[in-house]
Amino acid sequence: MLKKLLDRTHRGRTVSYIMVVVLYLIIEIMIHSGNLSSLFTSLLVPVCCYIVAAIGLNLNVGVSGELNLGQAGFMSVGAFTAVSISGYLAASVSNGPVRLIIAIIAGVMISAVFGLLIGIPVLKLEGDYLAIVTLAFGQIIKSIITNMYLGFDGNGFQFSFVDNNTKLAPGGKMLLNGPMGATGTAKISTFTAGVILILVSLIIVYHLMYSRSGRAIMAARDNRIAAESVGIDISRTKMLAFVVSASLAGAAGALYGLNYSTLVPAKFDFNTSILILVYVVLGGLGNMTGTIIATIILVLLPELLRSMQDYRMLIYAVVLILIMLLTNNENMKTRLRRLKNRFSGRGRKEGEVS
Amino acid sequence: MRKKSLLKTGLSLAMVLCMTVALTACGGAASAPAESAAESGEAGSASAGGAIKIGGSGPLTGPAAVYGNAVKAAAEMAVEEVNAKGGLQFELDFEDDTHDAEKAVSAYGALKDWGMQVSLATVTSAPGAAVSQMYQDDHIFAITPSGSSLAVIYQDPDNAASPYGNIFQMCFTDPNQGIASADYLAGHSDLGSKIAIIYKNDDNYSSGIYTKFRAEADEKGLEVVYEGTFDDSNASDFSVQLKKAKDAGADLIFLPIYYDPASLILTQANQMDYKPTFFGVDGMDGILTLEGFDTSLAEGVYLLTPFSADATDELTQNFTKNYKARNQDEIPNQFAADAYDCVFAIAQACEAAGVTADMSASDICDALTKQFTSMTFNGLTGQNVTWSESGEVSKSPKAVVIKDGVYVGVEE
Repeated sequence: MLKKLLDRTHRGRTVSYIMVVVLYLIIEIMIHSGNLSSLFTSLLVPVCCYIVAAIGLNLNVGVSGELNLGQAGFMSVGAFTAVSISGYLAASVSNGPVRLIIAIIAGVMISAVFGLLIGIPVLKLEGDYLAIVTLAFGQIIKSIITNMYLGFDGNGFQFSFVDNNTKLAPGGKMLLNGPMGATGTAKISTFTAGVILILVSLIIVYHLMYSRSGRAIMAARDNRIAAESVGIDISRTKMLAFVVSASLAGAAGALYGLNYSTLVPAKFDFNTSILILVYVVLGGLGNMTGTIIATIILVLLPELLRSMQDYRMLIYAVVLILIMLLTNNENMKTRLRRLKNRFSGRGRKEGEVS
Repeated sequence: MRKKSLLKTGLSLAMVLCMTVALTACGGAASAPAESAAESGEAGSASAGGAIKIGGSGPLTGPAAVYGNAVKAAAEMAVEEVNAKGGLQFELDFEDDTHDAEKAVSAYGALKDWGMQVSLATVTSAPGAAVSQMYQDDHIFAITPSGSSLAVIYQDPDNAASPYGNIFQMCFTDPNQGIASADYLAGHSDLGSKIAIIYKNDDNYSSGIYTKFRAEADEKGLEVVYEGTFDDSNASDFSVQLKKAKDAGADLIFLPIYYDPASLILTQANQMDYKPTFFGVDGMDGILTLEGFDTSLAEGVYLLTPFSADATDELTQNFTKNYKARNQDEIPNQFAADAYDCVFAIAQACEAAGVTADMSASDICDALTKQFTSMTFNGLTGQNVTWSESGEVSKSPKAVVIKDGVYVGVEE
């Protein structure tokens, strides 16, 4: 069993799982011994959300090789679905974790449906069309949610679009309130739920990557014509990666939305999509462990630099450039590989999927 | 090959370093006075021993930075003035939240780690709504200078019910501004009887005021002939909305928006030779100081605002003079005035309740909540200001009209 976990094909994922679990245990111990500052405690759940979204995006960009510029759009769909469902069920399902699970599942399903709808026409095409369409999708979703009004009172749901015509009876609650988004959300996301979500998404992504379908996805990425010639349905395999990626973004969004008492549609804009893409690219395309590390560092960095006041965003940018330069430096790569080989006691080249 | 890539990397690194140094130098020059001021403020408080720690967050970077920086500058100034008086001593830590709920929550964490005892909450509404619950949970007193949404002070903003209790507002709530505007127009039909509204529908400040204005206008029997909307992506061209308003025969345009788009509306209306009466709310404040805007176009614009930098009372004149001296001749806007008032209101309440720096945040919260709901405050943004139990402020908005490039109070 242990040997299997440490062999060539499994080593990558074992490292990921162990890293997540060890980090979780360390942080839990720190929380319970009161050693974790309020600043870090407040960052735990958002970091988990970004990691899940980045893992999903890495499946799409790194493994499947299709550029997606609308990951925040899928997060938005997941978040507002989850927040609405949680707000509606607040009275009937008082158990937080149960409501969280229901909300996340709902968020995942709606995001997956949107992923499917976008994927059907676009993934039949060859080229950069997915990037263009997902870019537009992110903007459209933001505009739609900005103009959506959904409320409920004793008499049932009320919905209006663009102009707010909802007239709620006293005691009613607005689930979505146009540009104000969702307010008064009960915070039911927890760090533990976030870590479980990371582990679940890692399991899903790794199982997909090393399955028959995963091999097909990578074959379609590396050589479309060759893959087609051996009978792989390109658009179907790419669709699989894209929909799983969208679903994970939906789960991340759901967890994110339920961590704040207020959520505005403008939060999930183009910048957020690019930010997640940056986590993926700096972490390494197809490299889930790297993605997790990069996300943790890049989310924490601006907060750690708070003491630098005015210069913190400047330093953040400089660090981004440095990471890009260093990770692409041939010298560094060779040294890193040598170090890795010495560590694993093997002379031959790494067989990891990249 | 290897040598070449090393050279390239070295070169890139050197360039990055150069850029950093250059930018830091630019930034350093601009922010030097503020920093040295903050240092001297801290030094002053340290020598007196035990200062009450005031926290706060706002957008110091990003598109909304102008509001956060105004609040920060005015709050720093107010803290120094309080400290200079002797007796009560304050220490301020103002964090950046980039107008984002996520960043506001982490800023709150940073403030709590620092040991914040009293807070200015947040400058903007959406981040404010995200941290209000945390202020209540930790029982820390907070008063927001400009977080005007109901969600900042109410747990159930849809029904304006179950207030947090320890979150107070220095500014009007958005609905109150809408209602006050509609009431004012109903009482002054000489300004215009056919009303057009142009508002920004992806901004909760703007649409919040609009919703209540519309409801109140219907109730008072005002005739609204046209409603136009815009959002972030098309906030530069208003010719379509203005054309439609003109065709509908509107002789008054209500603009519940910030001064940036309002200045474009005024310019474009002038270009098409359309001259209705323009009526704004407190977001219009600042239009006279906008760079590159011909202030003669703003002649005859009405606005409801709690503060005007040109007021002749001694308090306002001193504030404006000192603020300009500290901030490269920038004229203070109402955000700065509200922040200044917040600090002095806290000071007044602390003195009245005998709050000292060694008290816990929770005890201070109880003492200040009691004071705020019972005291009367006179400041820049109003006389005889009081607060309700739910944290809403009660002060009267002043209607001003722009004449010869200055605000002139409108006689009732």
